[in-house]
Amino acid sequence: MAIPFSYSFRNLWTRRLTTVLTASGMALVVFVFASILMLSEGLRKTLVDTGSPDNVVVIRKGSASEVQSGIERLHAAIVETEPEVAFGARSRRLLAKELLVLINLPKRGTNKTSQVVIRGIQPESLLLRPQVKLVQGRMPKAGSSEIMAGTSIARRFRGGGVGENLRFGMRDWTVVGIFDAGNSAFSSEIWGDADQLMQAFRRPVFSSVIFKLADSSAFEAVKKRLESDPRLTLEARRETKYYADQSEVMAKFLRILGMSLTVIFSLGAIIGAMITMYSAVANRTSEIGTLRALGFQRGSILAAFLMESLLLGLVGGCIGLFFASFLQFFTISTLNFQTFSELAFSFTLTFEIFYKSLLFSLIMGFVGGVLPAFRAARKNIVEALRVT
Amino acid sequence: MHLSKLLWKNAFRHRLRTSLTILGITIAILSFGMLRTVISAWYAGVDASSASRLVTRNAISLVFPLPISYKDRIRQINGVQAVSYGSWFGGIYIDEKNFFPNFAVEIENYLKLYPEFVLPPEQLTAANRDRKGCVVGRKLAERFGWKIGDTIVLKGTIYSGDWEFVLRGIYRGRDKTVDETQMFFNWKYLNETIIKTVPRRANQVGFYMVGVTNPNRAADVALDIDGAFKNSLAETLTETEKAFQLGFISMTEAIVIAIQLVSFVVIIIIMAVVANTMAMTARERIGEYAVFKTLGFRGYHIAGLIFGESLVITMTGCVLGIALTYPAAKAFGSTLSNYFPIFNVATSTIYMDLAAALIVGIVAAVFPTWRAVTIRIADGLRRIG
Repeated sequence: MAIPFSYSFRNLWTRRLTTVLTASGMALVVFVFASILMLSEGLRKTLVDTGSPDNVVVIRKGSASEVQSGIERLHAAIVETEPEVAFGARSRRLLAKELLVLINLPKRGTNKTSQVVIRGIQPESLLLRPQVKLVQGRMPKAGSSEIMAGTSIARRFRGGGVGENLRFGMRDWTVVGIFDAGNSAFSSEIWGDADQLMQAFRRPVFSSVIFKLADSSAFEAVKKRLESDPRLTLEARRETKYYADQSEVMAKFLRILGMSLTVIFSLGAIIGAMITMYSAVANRTSEIGTLRALGFQRGSILAAFLMESLLLGLVGGCIGLFFASFLQFFTISTLNFQTFSELAFSFTLTFEIFYKSLLFSLIMGFVGGVLPAFRAARKNIVEALRVT
Repeated sequence: MHLSKLLWKNAFRHRLRTSLTILGITIAILSFGMLRTVISAWYAGVDASSASRLVTRNAISLVFPLPISYKDRIRQINGVQAVSYGSWFGGIYIDEKNFFPNFAVEIENYLKLYPEFVLPPEQLTAANRDRKGCVVGRKLAERFGWKIGDTIVLKGTIYSGDWEFVLRGIYRGRDKTVDETQMFFNWKYLNETIIKTVPRRANQVGFYMVGVTNPNRAADVALDIDGAFKNSLAETLTETEKAFQLGFISMTEAIVIAIQLVSFVVIIIIMAVVANTMAMTARERIGEYAVFKTLGFRGYHIAGLIFGESLVITMTGCVLGIALTYPAAKAFGSTLSNYFPIFNVATSTIYMDLAAALIVGIVAAVFPTWRAVTIRIADGLRRIG
C-alpha cells in the first residue's frame, strides 16, 4: 500500500524555511539552464530566419564571410549568366550583387562605438529577402545618398532614426526608412544603394552575389560549375548554411559555457537537496519506524521520500521557469567574433525548453533524494522506533 | 582556544551534512574563481597594453586600410618617437579551429615598439633577411611543435591563396601577462605578392603603431595625427592601445556582463545551501541554546557560536576551493589557449573568493541566530527535535 501523497507534501510545508531555501537554490539553477537554452534557441532562430534554403550566397574562395570577400564586376556578371538562376518579374534575374562593409557608429546616449554592417543593395535584394519589410518612412531612391536602417539600428545608434543623418565615406547620408526583418540578422544592418556606397567607400568590387535558385535541387550543379570555372575564384553556399557557419563559434561558445555552468550549478543544487533530504530522514526516524510498524513496505517509504524530493525539484523548476520567461523581453547584442559585426538576438522560450527545464529540475530532485530515500527505506523497524 | 575547539567540534557533529556543505562551497568557490579568471582573461589585452603606444587606423572602421604613405607623415608629427605598421592577415593554419592571431608587420620596428616581446637579436636579423621569414610566440610554437627553420603554410582569408612562411624566430614574453600566441611576418612579402595579383590593394596597411616620446602627451599627439589627415580620402582615428583594446571588449560587453552575473548567481545558490544547513543545525540545537541561556550565557555568546560555526564551514570550503582553482585554471587555460591566450589567476580573484565566502558565512547565520537569540528559555527547553 502506498503512503498518501499528502504526507510528502505536508512534510515540505512543515519545514517551510528549509524548503524555500532548497527550492530557491534549484530555481536559480533551472533559471540559468533555461536562460542558456533560450539564448541558444534565440541565436538559432535568428539564423534560420536570416537565410532561405533556396538562396545561394557566392563569395570569394577562402574568405569566411562577406566582409572579407571581394568579387570583381566581371566575375559577378559571369555568375549572373548561370542558367540555374531564377527569373522574376519583367524577365529580370532574381540576383543581387551586394556590397558589405563595416563602419563604426556611436551608440545613442554614450560615446561608445560599435561595428555596424552596411549593405549596398540592388532592387532584387528585397525580392530575395521577403522577410524584410518597411515599417516607417519610404524606400531609399536608387542613385541617391539615401539609406534605410534596420529596427535594431534605428533604436540603438545615434542618427539611425528617420530624417536623421549619418556621416561616413565623406558624405552625409539621410535615413529615409526603417525596415523590420523580424528575428533575422538583417535587423542589425543599414541598407543603401550599392553603386553609391561603392563610390563613397572607393571599393570598386562587390562583396557577394546572392541569387535564388529556380529549382532548389540544382544547387549542387551550379556550385560545381561555379567553383570549377577557371575564370573565377569563388565559392557558393546555400544561404542557410552560410549564416549557420558564420555564427558557429558563437553557438559553440554558448553551448560550452551553458553546459559547464549547468553541470557546476546543478552539483551545488543537488548537494543542497541531499542535505535537506538527509536531515528530513534523520529527523523523522521514529516516524519512519511507526509507518513501517503500521505495515507500510520499504518500497512505499522509498517512494514517499523520493516523492518529497521530486516535489522539491518541481517547485524549484517552476519558480526558475517563471522568472526565466520574463527574459523574453530582453535582446542580447554582441560582437560576432567571426564577422566582427554586431549580432542581436533575443531569448526565446519554446515548449521544448519548457519541458527540458522541468525534466532537469526533476532529475536534480531525484539525484538529490535517491540516497536519503534509500537510507530511510533500509531502516530497521525496532531500532527506528527506539530513537527518540 | 576552547571556543575554536568547540566551533570545530560543533561543525562536524553531523559529519555527512557538513562534508556535503563544504563540498558545495568548494565547488562554488572554484567556479566563482574560474569565472572571475575568465573575465580577467577577457581584459588581458587591455592590461597588457602600454600607455606610450598609439594605434592609428581608418576612421570608417578596422576593415578599411590606410595608405603606406602615411608613415612618414606621422613620423613628422611632434611627439612621435617611432612609427611601425601592420595588417591583420587572418590566415588559417590547416583548419579554422587552429585559430591564432597573425599579422603582416615591419618586424624590426614593430618589435622595437614592444619591449615586452623578447627575441634573440640573431633571430631578429634572420627574420628580417628572409622575405618569407616569420616570428611566432613560444606558446604557439609549442602548440604545433614548430622548430626554427620549419615551413608554415597559412590559407589566406582576406588575401586569397596559400602562403608559405619560414619560421625564423620564437619570441618569449617578458612576464606571464604577455601574449605568446601571435605570429608576425614581413609585410613586404605580403605587399610584393599583392602587387602582382591584386594591385588595387597593394601599398596599404591595416594600422599604424605609434610610439610617443611622452605618454602624458599621448592624447595631444593622437589629435595631431588625426588632424593631419582630416578631410582626406582616408581619415584616421588614433587612440591609445588601451582604448583600442577596450573598444573591442565593449562590443562583447553583453557576454562579460552575463559571465559576471552568473558568477554572482553561483554564490547566491551556495548561500541558500549554507543557510539551509545552518537553519537545520540551529533548529536541532534550540534546546542546547536554552541550556546555555539558563547557565547565564548571553545572546552574543550564542550568536558567536552560530556565526563561528558557519564561518568555519564556509572558510574550510573556501580554502579548498582556492587550492583547487590553480590546477583547474592551468588545465582550462591550456585546453582553451586559442580563446584565451593569457589565463592567470589574479590575486584580486583570491580576495574576492575570500570575501564571497565570508559574506555567505555571515548571511547564512543571520536568520538562525536571530531565532536562537530571541527564543524564550522555556520555549527552547520545551521543544524537541
